[in-house]
Amino acid sequence: MNGDIWSEVFDFANYGELVVLLRNSIIAGAVLGVVGGLIGVFVMSRDMAFAVHGISELSFAGAAAGLLFGIGVVEGSIIGSLIASLIIGLLGSRARDRNSIIAVLMPFGLGLGILCLSLYPGRSANKFGLLTGQIVAVDDPRLNSLIAISIVVVLGLLLVWRPLTFASADSDVASARGVPVRALSIVFMLLLGLAVAVSVQIVGSLLVLSILVTPAAAALRLSSSPVVVPLLSTLFAVLSLVGGIMLALGASVPISPYVTTISFAIYLVCRLVSWRRTRRGLSGRVPLTTRTVMQ
Amino acid sequence: MTDPVLTLRDASLAFGPRTLWSGLDLDVQPGEFIAVLGSNGSGKSSLLKVILGQQRLSGGSVSFLGAPGRRGDRRIGYVPQQKLADDGTPLRARDLVALGLSGHRWGVPLPSAARRREVDALLAAVGATEYANVGVGTLSGGEQQRVRIGQALAGEPRLLLCDEPLLSLDLTHQRAVSELIDRQRRERDFGVLFVTHDINPILDMVDRVLYLAGGGFRIGTPEEVLRSEVLSELYGSRVDVIRTHGRVIVVGTPDGAHGHPDDQLAHHDAHDHGTHGHGTAPGLLGGLP
Repeated sequence: MNGDIWSEVFDFANYGELVVLLRNSIIAGAVLGVVGGLIGVFVMSRDMAFAVHGISELSFAGAAAGLLFGIGVVEGSIIGSLIASLIIGLLGSRARDRNSIIAVLMPFGLGLGILCLSLYPGRSANKFGLLTGQIVAVDDPRLNSLIAISIVVVLGLLLVWRPLTFASADSDVASARGVPVRALSIVFMLLLGLAVAVSVQIVGSLLVLSILVTPAAAALRLSSSPVVVPLLSTLFAVLSLVGGIMLALGASVPISPYVTTISFAIYLVCRLVSWRRTRRGLSGRVPLTTRTVMQ
Repeated sequence: MTDPVLTLRDASLAFGPRTLWSGLDLDVQPGEFIAVLGSNGSGKSSLLKVILGQQRLSGGSVSFLGAPGRRGDRRIGYVPQQKLADDGTPLRARDLVALGLSGHRWGVPLPSAARRREVDALLAAVGATEYANVGVGTLSGGEQQRVRIGQALAGEPRLLLCDEPLLSLDLTHQRAVSELIDRQRRERDFGVLFVTHDINPILDMVDRVLYLAGGGFRIGTPEEVLRSEVLSELYGSRVDVIRTHGRVIVVGTPDGAHGHPDDQLAHHDAHDHGTHGHGTAPGLLGGLP
């Protein structure tokens, strides 16, 4: 009995052949890791973890509607995400407003998605995939659309990187210094919507936070450098996704539990490291005495 | 006399039927330190927003360096109430200062030796070299304000706008931050408008006081404005100004109306009462009962 469960969770027979077969999934995981790791840094600094969750539920509703009406899952999830992120971006410029808007939108989106799924006459395997992630299978057209959207998100982020950092850290001063804070916030929400939409297709809407939030949160435990944090966060996200997909290859379980477990484990290790650092009093401060000696 | 950096002529600001101030004429000279006082809701912060181009005047004009005020002029430095992002922001003190230099530019910042030297110089000017590489989330309130002043000094501002920069700092840090601003405006010759509800930390530094209350205003040296008869006339009710041990205490001001943009401040006060009320209660100006 026990053995059966283990062989469903881990099965590495014919591993070499599977890796070749599932090359697409691994590429998809790596690309998604870059997107999630980079945008996650801004999700953290703009305190938008809850918004990510809200958008992903509407993305799920969109995907379900896309399935039901034959528009396509990818198209549906993108439309759902973008609508949600625009609503949140336009109505919720203050944190308190934003949280209540998300809390109102989220169950509505989830309900709508469940309605569409129950009306959908097709196979049920597709249905749960949208919520909890796919059993590894990414075909070529899907991989291409995922890569195209990811490129848009990454290029968009790089373009607005510096003013967005300013606006996220201190919007009052940024706005006084001529940074278009409001426009940047809308641009960011649209990029976030796209990032969520591509993530939903791989890990499912319930688990998107593990790619868009956990890696960045872990990286922030180790550093406060604006260069190191995005790099670490990207590394963690890629590790979680590619690692999760590699482990899931032989199993008949969706990839999401592997991804979320690795990403959670990385976070735990980072917390432990930062806790030990604090205990040893490593704050990064240069005591005045050594500085005078150096000069 | 040199040209003023900032000129307000017959300026008025009203929200609906409520006039915050009107007929305001003000010239800020280079290197001049002006405290802006008044009760909550008297339009102190709104005055700064007008100068920053984020709020339109209801009447009159504002000009900065001889040109009409515009939004996002980087020759104006701005230091707001202390409230900075927490642990979620990957920025060190030096990065925050660097944003003052180039945070408005698009793209990803590339390493630049020239910018690094400039940032180091600004950090040294505000005495923040010691914690240059520490995350802003772990800095104390006083340290954050020093770094922010360093950021505001980037790009050689001609005018520095400070909106309650001492709020929730203890007395030592209030003193240190005020002295920093005072020294820098002399060295760099920029004008300062310093919004505060408590003049005492900066009493011996300011050149003039702009007191906003009851829809009107008074401008002059602290000795001219902070007097019982002047403030009583401004408020239209009896107000006593008590001078003791080099401090000024204003007693009996009716607290400003609530439900106004400046109300944030009232909120802040209540919030920070534990640490803040302690240090400054004897010198409160603006008359909390």
